[in-house]
Amino acid sequence: MRSDSEQKPLVVTRRKFATCAAAAATGWALTACGPRRLHEVPRERLRELVKNMEREYSEKYHKAVTVSDKEAIPGVLFGYALDISRCIGCRRCVYACVAENNQSRDPQVHWIRVLQMDKEHGVDFTHADAYYQPAQVPQEGHFYMPVSCQQCKDSPCTKVCPTGATWQEKDGIVVIDYDWCIGCRCCMAACPYGARHFNWRTPSVPDNEINPAMHYLGNRPRPKGVVEKCTFCIQRAREGRYPACVEVCPVGARKFGNLLDPDSEIRYIIEHKRVMVLKEELNTMPKFFYFYAT
Amino acid sequence: MRKRVVLFTCAAVTLGVWGLTRHVGAHQPAEQATSTGAARATPTSIPALLKVEVPPPPFSEGVFPCTDCHDNKDLKPNRTRRVLKDAHDDIILKHDEEHRWCLDCHDADNRDRLHLASGQPVSFEESYQLCGQCHGEKYRDWRAGVHGRRSGKWNGEKTYLLCVHCHSPHQPRFKPIAPKPAPNRPMRPGAEHINAKR
Repeated sequence: MRSDSEQKPLVVTRRKFATCAAAAATGWALTACGPRRLHEVPRERLRELVKNMEREYSEKYHKAVTVSDKEAIPGVLFGYALDISRCIGCRRCVYACVAENNQSRDPQVHWIRVLQMDKEHGVDFTHADAYYQPAQVPQEGHFYMPVSCQQCKDSPCTKVCPTGATWQEKDGIVVIDYDWCIGCRCCMAACPYGARHFNWRTPSVPDNEINPAMHYLGNRPRPKGVVEKCTFCIQRAREGRYPACVEVCPVGARKFGNLLDPDSEIRYIIEHKRVMVLKEELNTMPKFFYFYAT
Repeated sequence: MRKRVVLFTCAAVTLGVWGLTRHVGAHQPAEQATSTGAARATPTSIPALLKVEVPPPPFSEGVFPCTDCHDNKDLKPNRTRRVLKDAHDDIILKHDEEHRWCLDCHDADNRDRLHLASGQPVSFEESYQLCGQCHGEKYRDWRAGVHGRRSGKWNGEKTYLLCVHCHSPHQPRFKPIAPKPAPNRPMRPGAEHINAKR
């Protein structure tokens, strides 16, 4: 009894309570009324934002830049398929992607990583080498597996983001709001495919190499300290065009289309070929498929 | 003590409501994607007939039309199977050469066209029919858009390539090519020399 009475009781007066409540309410109001994530912004405001981006980038790169705010096409869910039996590991896709999506040249950022694997071991990441550099490819006894964002339906990266800066669009593309990304890199830790890349230093793209056809959720220039990744070339795909890697592949190993269209190439592949997804056991449900056409 | 409990409950409820609204907000697009995906089994935005373009066949410079030389008047066709020595000796056949030679595909009566195994003539623009006689599986895949390179629009006009745009008909196997440079290895600032050594 005595010890209890010695303890200083916590007294919450009406005034204290009211002050705390008011502070909490102000805090909430400030976060809710402040800048919004790009997917929450009303269309008219988004158009303004995009115009501002165009002005900013046109000035910065000394050429006419267009930033598209095109929405997902209704009835479209993008899917991708890559023919492992064809890929020769020439890395043409890597550099086409860099050029199309304005990835930093120095420090180097590559959204696609081509892994050289041993035929003896099969698809085994412990025997994969991304730094192979022989005079000619393909090399005897090896096969090649380009890995980029798998655009998972159940994407671990979007779940862990503390600021809601990354999400899945209606056409299935996982995108990043570079203004909301705080660079905590939780998404990079969560991604089982190593598909997300961090701008450790200020990215640099020469003026003459910048691709002026941009999309606000895709290849617009990124600042230092944010994460970036493959968006299926959102600026091309939403215009109905094939992604840059699909068009550049010299062996035609890359296929792209609408998973909801039963007559699409991608559906033909899924229905007629031996298809697999990477790390199936994780149940991330990628929309990027690997197949063997032969 | 009771006041403390009340305060805690208030704070928890406020936080809970706040968290819930943020949570719902953040995940809305993904949920919409799933529901629209299930609802639209048949997309309407895809045109029924796709326009397909095929570029002209890749002739070596100055060889077409073949009838400029092979006019079947001054130059009569020699139908004896042999290794060519007087002309076209740059063409080395590595395509089932044990069983076939020039006139199995090229038409002796009209050199500006090819012919199928049945003898039916085929133009150079439709040489895929000739290839498809043996490579039926690849031919079907090519027609479906699975074998070979496509460019253009995934939902509209696209360009197909002929078999011969990628595979030389005389030596169809792909030649190895030089890969583009390997990516830089990740490194700490100040450890650039490690990368330079490799």
